[in-house]
Amino acid sequence: MSQKIDLDHRRFREIVRGKIKQNLRKYISQGEMIGRQGKQTVSIPLPQIDIPRFRHGDKQQGGVGQGDGEVGDAIGQGEPQPGIGQAGDRPGDHLVEVDVSMDELAQILGEELELPRIEPKGKEKIVAFKDKYTGLRPTGPESLRHFRSTFKRALRRQIAMGTYDPRRPVIVPIRDDRRYRSWRTEPQPQSNAVIIYMMDVSGSMGDEQKEIVRIESFWIDTWLRSQYQGIEARYIIHDAMAKEVDRDTFFRTRESGGTMISSAFKLCAKLIEEEYPASEWNIYPFHFSDGDNWSVDDTVTCIELLRSRILPNVNLFCYGQVESPYGSGQFIKDLQEHFGDDERVVTSEIKGKDAIMDSIKDFLGQGK
Amino acid sequence: MTTPKPLPAHLQDMQAEIEGYAREYGLDFFPIIYEILDYKTMNEVAAYGGFPTRYPHWRFGMDYEQLSKGYEYGLQKIYEMVINTNPAYAYLLEGNSLVDQKTVMAHVTGHVDFFKNNYYFSKTNRKMIDGMANHAARVRRHIARHGIEAVENFIDVCLSLENLIDPMSPYIQRVRPKADSELDGEPDEPAEIPKLPAKGYMEDYINPPEFIEAQRRKQEAAKAKAKRFPEERQRDVLKFLIDYAPVERWQRDILEIIRDEAYYFAPQAMTKIMNEGWASYWHSKIMTEKAASAAEIIDYADACAGVLATSGARLNPYKLGLELFRHIEYRWDRGQFGKEWMECESLEEKQNWDRRTGLGRKKIFEVRRLHNDVTFIDEFFTLEFCYEQKFFTFGFNERSGNWEIMSREFKEVKRQLLQSLTNRGQPFIYVEDGNFENRGELLLLHRHEGLDLKMDYAADTLKNLMTIWSRPVNLLTKVDGKGRLLRFDNSGFSDKSADYPDGA
Repeated sequence: MSQKIDLDHRRFREIVRGKIKQNLRKYISQGEMIGRQGKQTVSIPLPQIDIPRFRHGDKQQGGVGQGDGEVGDAIGQGEPQPGIGQAGDRPGDHLVEVDVSMDELAQILGEELELPRIEPKGKEKIVAFKDKYTGLRPTGPESLRHFRSTFKRALRRQIAMGTYDPRRPVIVPIRDDRRYRSWRTEPQPQSNAVIIYMMDVSGSMGDEQKEIVRIESFWIDTWLRSQYQGIEARYIIHDAMAKEVDRDTFFRTRESGGTMISSAFKLCAKLIEEEYPASEWNIYPFHFSDGDNWSVDDTVTCIELLRSRILPNVNLFCYGQVESPYGSGQFIKDLQEHFGDDERVVTSEIKGKDAIMDSIKDFLGQGK
Repeated sequence: MTTPKPLPAHLQDMQAEIEGYAREYGLDFFPIIYEILDYKTMNEVAAYGGFPTRYPHWRFGMDYEQLSKGYEYGLQKIYEMVINTNPAYAYLLEGNSLVDQKTVMAHVTGHVDFFKNNYYFSKTNRKMIDGMANHAARVRRHIARHGIEAVENFIDVCLSLENLIDPMSPYIQRVRPKADSELDGEPDEPAEIPKLPAKGYMEDYINPPEFIEAQRRKQEAAKAKAKRFPEERQRDVLKFLIDYAPVERWQRDILEIIRDEAYYFAPQAMTKIMNEGWASYWHSKIMTEKAASAAEIIDYADACAGVLATSGARLNPYKLGLELFRHIEYRWDRGQFGKEWMECESLEEKQNWDRRTGLGRKKIFEVRRLHNDVTFIDEFFTLEFCYEQKFFTFGFNERSGNWEIMSREFKEVKRQLLQSLTNRGQPFIYVEDGNFENRGELLLLHRHEGLDLKMDYAADTLKNLMTIWSRPVNLLTKVDGKGRLLRFDNSGFSDKSADYPDGA
């Protein structure tokens, strides 16, 4: 049913979109989105969507509350009470928070960066089968009995037969009334894209550098996820040794050893060879580092690994180099020297938070 | 909205039953028309402030989104919605339990009685459904002619000024405005100074030069006052803009629409605590004494617990109003009022004070007729009530970065409560001068009552004001105790220190 409000609501969403677009660079560089990943939406505070009015500042304003507590106790800000009108005694002191789905954000990001839509390689989609409880049937194990519909049917039957007495509302289901949950086995298209994030966590990568990597990988993740139905992500961190970790660890750890980039490349190659046959997968390895490799020898090893074991299997290999006060920044030059005209390799220098947007465009502007 | 479905028979019976009880108690309300809505439509209507049709604007869409989100997360279920019209329209949520529907109906009768009888609603338009529809049609016409962007942007500007009205003005008999002839035709040459008649040789004694001078000064002052524009400080900034701002006709029309709606909703903001308290008082009375069967009482109690809960820093208007009405009833039933009561020093005596006056019911009906939230609290929020209900004030502690309980002192609580209710918690803003510094600029005055303005908002609002006034706009306020003049002109926002008139 279409409603009058739909027009106003659409208009509001358009405005939100516009505001997000205007401030995308700010949002992206602040990493304030990364807070919530569990759901498929994020909440974005949009102070500038509020209608400004003459009103009192918050800090001098107190209020009146009710309940127990000693003077000096901290109080939480409660949720507004049900009811119409502004709840609470301080009108309009809520920040407008807007829920935006990751898909919509990715779209906005895509529009803003003019990212091309990625055409997946023409591959067979792998299909898995999953059981879903979808309906009801008259037989089944007792553990799957659907109480509500069973009793509803019994009530219907008793009213029809005239044996229902509203003053003594006793309902006794018989065999015929019983209904059980039934399931269907549904084919589930499975992802056929994998992103392998690799991050250098050696001593020279500071918190700021890690934050940049974190934010950038998040947005890349968001964009790629919007392009593929379901996508896998794997995380590798390395100093002089590489190991696979879960997402959380990837974004938090701080090791401090030397740097052997080849260790990560080896692990990445191993992952691809063992789990992601190139004929069936779109593979996107990303490596972030400050470009300060251990030795020239190791760099040679890296180049070799890339050439023989990684590049032949992937859609794109992306290397992002974060500027760091300690690193030599040599690695990006080595890559450019060896793969400068190889379309499968993209390198990008990330000078600071504000450069994240441009760097994402470097990587994804290719549309591969 | 589609044409309303008639209420199903069992709910019609229920309505008749509930309204019967309400009348027995002495409630007096407009006819009430109920509609059953599914929750989507309920949210839609709620976003439109209870009206089926409003002018097109994105903020309704924003409110709708917030409301729908609340429902989905289970944070809030719209408990009741009724609009102040004759007949009154009220909405029931489809799929609520019968106990809930009953409670809502009882609650709604309380609201409608309040709308009909409370003094502050006496000047409201009881045909506002038509009024809103008419506004919507006018705005749509302007959109057709000037485009959605222009009209919507202008509405945004007006909304940012919609609180700059004088909610008390409908109830004040103003002095008769001067006829034009009295304003115009002032001779520019100095008028004759009135003198006492005297013979020539007595002139200096009877009309000494000082006297003549004083007379002349008096005249000057009177003339200066007549030249002031506006003559008196004007609190209804919107009206001033409608009268004097150089806007196009369609813009003036939109200003009028926004102002009209602001005045329609103002009494609801002024009486929120009382109105909710009154409705809660009656629904609980009707339900517990008459309507709820024994089996329903538990559900009823359950539902109420949610509505009347207080949470930390929030004042729950339902609860405060309800408890205060009960408190008044209790006192007047026992004769706990008047000179003798006020002068009684003994706590023990006060606690056992019962003169069996039995005036409670009569008193609360009188209170609901005459008061608004500020006077209600001012007159009936007593020390005993404050302690009994465990009120406290809270404030922001800069050191710890938390909102904290500040005080449980009665005086402090009451002061804070009144402050957050006065002018609905909003700053007092006046038009001070419509020809500031003789440059056609606008000067507003913020009557500072201890709270500074939120600066970024003030700057944005001034910007919007300039859109309408078209010449630079200024606002005199205080920041950290010192006078400041905020200004918005073509080069943007600026502020500088300024003299703030004493006693402003």
